[in-house]
Amino acid sequence: MKHQRIRTAIATLLILVIPILASAVEPDEILDDPVLEERAREISAEVRCVVCQNESIDSSNADIARDLRILVRERLVAGDSDEEVFEFLVARYGDYVLFRPPWKAETYILWLTPFVILGIGGLSILVMLMKLRSKKPAAGERLNEDEEVALDEILKDGKKGTQL
Amino acid sequence: MRRFLLFIPFLIAVAIGGFSLWGLRADRDPSEIPSVLISKPAPQFDLSPLEGVPVPGLSTANLSGGDGPVLVNVFASWCVPCKAEHAVLTRFVNTNGVTLFGINYKDKPKEASAWLDNLGNPYERIGSDLDGRAGIEWGISGVPETFVINSEGIVIYRHVGPVLGTKAQKQVLEALVQAGLPQESI
Repeated sequence: MKHQRIRTAIATLLILVIPILASAVEPDEILDDPVLEERAREISAEVRCVVCQNESIDSSNADIARDLRILVRERLVAGDSDEEVFEFLVARYGDYVLFRPPWKAETYILWLTPFVILGIGGLSILVMLMKLRSKKPAAGERLNEDEEVALDEILKDGKKGTQL
Repeated sequence: MRRFLLFIPFLIAVAIGGFSLWGLRADRDPSEIPSVLISKPAPQFDLSPLEGVPVPGLSTANLSGGDGPVLVNVFASWCVPCKAEHAVLTRFVNTNGVTLFGINYKDKPKEASAWLDNLGNPYERIGSDLDGRAGIEWGISGVPETFVINSEGIVIYRHVGPVLGTKAQKQVLEALVQAGLPQESI
């Protein structure tokens, strides 16, 4: 029983860890400096592989992805900041290589449309709620005097416990 | 006003449908990567000649200053579509008088020169890009790729994949004319 629990725990841990290990970085690419290597990994995860386009260069086995990984590391060793590395890649491959599109005139629509739609939705709900609240019952919907009296009678009777 | 509001869902549906139709066009390639080089100077690179082939190497300086435009073709002996487009490029050179330069991408010089011996060498210059760095400067995503450069060294057109089929050939030739190739040569 105890064994089984340990086994389950190990299996769970493995399943959780596998995605972290899933990277195409080969041992000869890894930098000696762990800080630079960490930065290289973070940059690579944000850069699209131009061959297998839904993979980052960090997780792609394509030749060109490997070349770009090595290039990213070279730039970092040469003292480039993260921004400079991204600029270097964008100058050659365009914004397309970035998984996160930059915030600029051409991408305003892309970034803002969700908020605009959310705004329209919110506004419509607000308008609808306000309409509901301010809606007064029309003349025909009110009880006339006779009905009011009848209602009072019924309520009084009800309090006495009389069955209707 | 009320009537108009009723039409809003219909209009939204039409807009979304329009976008979807646009996305389904047969000639739209969603994985196409637009080149950042168009209308810009060709990138900086300097490649030594291909060993065993008697033509000079290729650098940025060779691209401009000639009489007309040049066609830069990225190729490799291991690339099958390159073999397919080789005949087209050779015809461009022989029939249309196009100046063709080659970048031999990540290839073994021995295999590349054997490949050219076998098929013929239409290239006036070939740069040997052993480590693929020049390829990255050109922003290529694979081989083959072909660029049209005008005599000022400005990139006019980029073709991804082999220049095969009437449409692709026409596009490249038209780009060459736009870059300064005499109209009557095509």
